[in-house]
Amino acid sequence: MNDRTPILAVKNVSKHFGGVQALNNVSFDVFPGEVLALAGDNGAGKSTIIKAISGVFHYEIGDILLDGKRIAFSTPQEARDNGIETIYQDLALADNLSIGANIFLGREPMKKLFGLLPAIDRQKMADVARETMKRLDFHVERLDAPVAAFSGGQRQAVAIGRAMYWNARLVIMDEPTAALGVPEQRKVIALIQSLKAEGKGIIFISHNLRDIFEVADRIVVFRRGENAGERLPKDTSGDEIVRLMVGQ
Amino acid sequence: MTPAVPAKGKSILMRIAELRAWVFLFFLIVFFEVWSRIAYDVTFAFNTYNMKAIAVAATAPLVLALGQTFVIISAGIDLSLGFVMGFASVVAAHMANYAAQQLGLPPFPAMLFGISCGVGMSLIPGYVNGWLIAHLKVPPFIGTLGMYGIARGSAYLFAGGMTIAISNPWYSSIGNDRVLGVPVLVILAVICCIVLHYLLSQTRFGQHTYAMGASQAAASRAGINIKRLTIKIYILSSVMAGIAGVLYTGRFSAGAPQAGEPLLLLSIAAVVIGGASLFGGSGTIWGTVAGALVIAVIDYGLVFVDVEPFWQFIAVGTVIIISVLVDQAQRRFSGGRQGE
Repeated sequence: MNDRTPILAVKNVSKHFGGVQALNNVSFDVFPGEVLALAGDNGAGKSTIIKAISGVFHYEIGDILLDGKRIAFSTPQEARDNGIETIYQDLALADNLSIGANIFLGREPMKKLFGLLPAIDRQKMADVARETMKRLDFHVERLDAPVAAFSGGQRQAVAIGRAMYWNARLVIMDEPTAALGVPEQRKVIALIQSLKAEGKGIIFISHNLRDIFEVADRIVVFRRGENAGERLPKDTSGDEIVRLMVGQ
Repeated sequence: MTPAVPAKGKSILMRIAELRAWVFLFFLIVFFEVWSRIAYDVTFAFNTYNMKAIAVAATAPLVLALGQTFVIISAGIDLSLGFVMGFASVVAAHMANYAAQQLGLPPFPAMLFGISCGVGMSLIPGYVNGWLIAHLKVPPFIGTLGMYGIARGSAYLFAGGMTIAISNPWYSSIGNDRVLGVPVLVILAVICCIVLHYLLSQTRFGQHTYAMGASQAAASRAGINIKRLTIKIYILSSVMAGIAGVLYTGRFSAGAPQAGEPLLLLSIAAVVIGGASLFGGSGTIWGTVAGALVIAVIDYGLVFVDVEPFWQFIAVGTVIIISVLVDQAQRRFSGGRQGE
């Protein structure tokens, strides 16, 4: 469906931990403005390939290309610096800090206090937080409130806002709706649409087939560390995806 | 689609709660004022001698508590502080004497030499604490408890089981003189407060300490080097104990291995009374300052109104428990999460 160059190309990647073959010759592409859903049972290798892309694990066999160049990041920070943001269902935010502080966590903007002492520029963090949340259609009154005060979907929006602000090219979302109520899940789906509209490549991992069918442009199914099939949502059904996942 | 974010941020109630240690301090002073007026017809608060005595008494536990604030915000605890303070105290006393007697230095450089050695030595236990916790995954409670024993034994061995008297007029004056009527010890403690407040509230180091205390996983995924940060935090706390130790030597004109023995729990108490959570992620330097003053006012106030001194322990203990209960109630009330 897409003949442009992919943002991310995974080619024949294999990975084993001791005797366990976690990934065996896995390949897929992600194009700009596309949501690629990764489906698979527990242990199918979804998380492993995500971690290889985002620099959590090292991989040796095969190639992962970002904009045509081979990448092998050794830390998540390196992946982020190269435009790959990963959004987790939880554990991604510091609950006691504000939206702005979370967007800038680890990369805080600095200013000079009295023209001398370096100090965190909280005004800038608050301004960016306001703008970013506006882009996502969230209107926040109090920007100094800790994110613990927000609901699950709103917290997910903060994580997505962080990816947007830092101009991620590729956003990896690992079960972004798993811990949310249904209305909140809808909201996150809408946020994914807005990331897509900005031309980002998105890898979407979910157990929820309904979410996958709603948001994905393409579905890649993994089974036991191998490619089990690739489908367009309009050409397939939930039953078929499940059959591919379990291998019957 | 415009979801209303129910984040009113810090409501007025929450802001009062943040100041609760100062509010409590105020009522405590009023309480002793009323008591001493009724019982003895004298003023408690409007007496500069009392206020100076309280401020001086607060300095040692406060300086310890400043470093402990960082550790507790990061969701750790440092139990080694008391004896690191004692160790620094005897090292500073011995080295100041050594510089004067063996190296023939005049008193002022001899004092500086002693102080540098005392504070410098405190880097070691801090680094070891941080390294054990960050790299070997030793729980902070256990790692620093081990260091408590090691620092204690080292301090007594170094001092030969005695206190080490100094005869250095410069050094003693740091502990006892005044500048414009303000004790030097108090001035030094205020400087420590300002520097650590800056570190905690204005720098990445402070910001990352808060983030780590809320969620190590989140901080680490944001690219913060947790191991290096942990080591920095424990070094800071140990160095503050070193500073408290060398100040002790000045105040009493002697280094003592047991200098900080009763102060460790007071330092934790000051941080907790000041509004920090032992679960990590919250706390401020100004809260800790109020916490240390609350303890000093209780101790001095009870003596002033002539209550048996043993009641101090009961009073401070009760205040600690009440602070934790208030903290928990406030968290439930404000919907914040706890202990994640």
